Amino acid sequence: MKKKNNMKAWLYLLPAILFLGVFMVYPLIDVCIYSLEESYAADGTVASIGLGNFRDVLCDKFFIQALKNTFILVIITVPLSTGLSLLIALGLSSIKTVKKAFQTIYFLPYVTNTLAVGLVFMYLFDKTDRTSGLVNMLLGTDIDFIDGEYWMKMLVTSLYTVWIVMPFKILILTSALASVNQDYYKAAKVDGASSARIFRKITLPMISPTVFYLIITGFIGAFKAYSDEVALFGSKLNVAGMNTIVGYVYDMLYDQPGGGDFGNASAAALILFAIVFTITVINLRFSRNKVQYM
Amino acid sequence: MIEKKNARLSRVLIYFFLVIWAVIVLFPFYWMVMTSVKKTSAYDSELTPKMIAEEPTLENYENAFKFREGTQGKEGSLGRYFINTIIFTVVTTGLMMLVIVPAAFAFARLQFYGKKALFALFLSLMMIPSELVIITNYATVVGLGMNKGNMTYLGLILPSVTSVFYIYLLKENFEAIPDELYNAARVDGTSDLKYLLKVMVPISQPTIVTIVILKVIECWNSFVWPRLILQGNKPYYLVSNGIQSIRENGFGRQDVPAMMAAVVLVSLPLIVLFLVFRDKIMAGVSRGGTKG
Repeated sequence: MKKKNNMKAWLYLLPAILFLGVFMVYPLIDVCIYSLEESYAADGTVASIGLGNFRDVLCDKFFIQALKNTFILVIITVPLSTGLSLLIALGLSSIKTVKKAFQTIYFLPYVTNTLAVGLVFMYLFDKTDRTSGLVNMLLGTDIDFIDGEYWMKMLVTSLYTVWIVMPFKILILTSALASVNQDYYKAAKVDGASSARIFRKITLPMISPTVFYLIITGFIGAFKAYSDEVALFGSKLNVAGMNTIVGYVYDMLYDQPGGGDFGNASAAALILFAIVFTITVINLRFSRNKVQYM
Repeated sequence: MIEKKNARLSRVLIYFFLVIWAVIVLFPFYWMVMTSVKKTSAYDSELTPKMIAEEPTLENYENAFKFREGTQGKEGSLGRYFINTIIFTVVTTGLMMLVIVPAAFAFARLQFYGKKALFALFLSLMMIPSELVIITNYATVVGLGMNKGNMTYLGLILPSVTSVFYIYLLKENFEAIPDELYNAARVDGTSDLKYLLKVMVPISQPTIVTIVILKVIECWNSFVWPRLILQGNKPYYLVSNGIQSIRENGFGRQDVPAMMAAVVLVSLPLIVLFLVFRDKIMAGVSRGGTKG
């Protein structure tokens, strides 16, 4: 009986194991090997092994630029989008009429194609020979957001990133707020607590695991930024000075003579993984002291 | 009395704030639709952007579809990109269901040697970012010639037909179905496969629909993997790649209204899907979507 089940179970799992093996497990091992293969002999065999790829990547000015851009983007967008989402979720949870309509509208960016809408953002901010664009018109300024100063480009990138990531956060926070036990609020009202105090002492502690979850996923997502930047500045991100770490990895493979620099791409991808992993671990450590789990 | 006034004031402020954010979210959509119906000549003569199209026209949509790019014999067009994306989305999602449903069933219902270890391995794969495996996958796909001719579809599809997360989601769902049903079916001599297809899949239909919709959204918006393996192979571009390519090499700079028409066409299917399946999508995303 058990033997028969064994065979059958593995048969049911076979497609999943095959696909995961070929496209997940094997590549994981392979990427580590690639990252250590430094140079190749004329016949294509590996000539030397070492940490040279990591050194090359860390000394590449384009990688440093990408690293800097990614960190700035993370530091700006994660707190901003989480804070703003919390405000909106609090607003949503305090109203009854047209709440559903607001929720529907707020979710729209989640289902849009980032390349398509990013292009619209680009045109809104773009300054051409003919017109200085809608945003400049509204602000009464004359700033070149797309081809101009670094911080102006960073501003547009941050705004677009926040716009894109908000739906997920608003959704999660709204349902977290809805699941807080109403008895706590009733008790606090009887005691005559102010709404600021209720927020600090009841709401915030109760939803802190959710906020914390959003901060972790926000960090991970923001570190992997790439498509949004392509949508705004085109695919030559190194030229625009707006590349990200993921973009750097892809650029090592895209349009390269000989099919791509696999060694450097792998080293850069592993560096990215190490950064994300470290930050997640630090976050988890921190949360153990600060976050209340019910 | 004062308290009542305060409450009303804060209510007004809350609505004001919510409306502002709604406008910020909606405005890019309004702008793309409005620009897409402006006459190209009218758009080009605007010194300050106008909020309303004076003589709305649909000719930009026609122009967007007429457009061809690439060299003779390796042509791309918006229509072609749509067909490619539909093929890619349907086949990827279909194959994925064929892979994950049996796997979830095995984990949820069958007893076998090494089950716990294998499941732990699956879960640990959930934490692996795709950037880490994409380099080798690219080498694999190119090595197998899956970036040439019609084999390209395989190269696009195969790396994304498994999702550990969806196996996990479905397994949880299957496990919630009472054992009594399974035992009764065994007594009746129903085979496992028949039980899976006739009982478990129908009962778990809401979850399966959610998974399908989330996967369709993901497929429709795919950009980086196709870009990597297509590298200028225009006849096989998906819509995202098409948008990017038209913007950089096509009419993106000269004919902004036509570009916006293309953008509207690419965005519309998912927006319609969302409005139809709003509750399912939002429930599904809050259970397991990650973005941002």
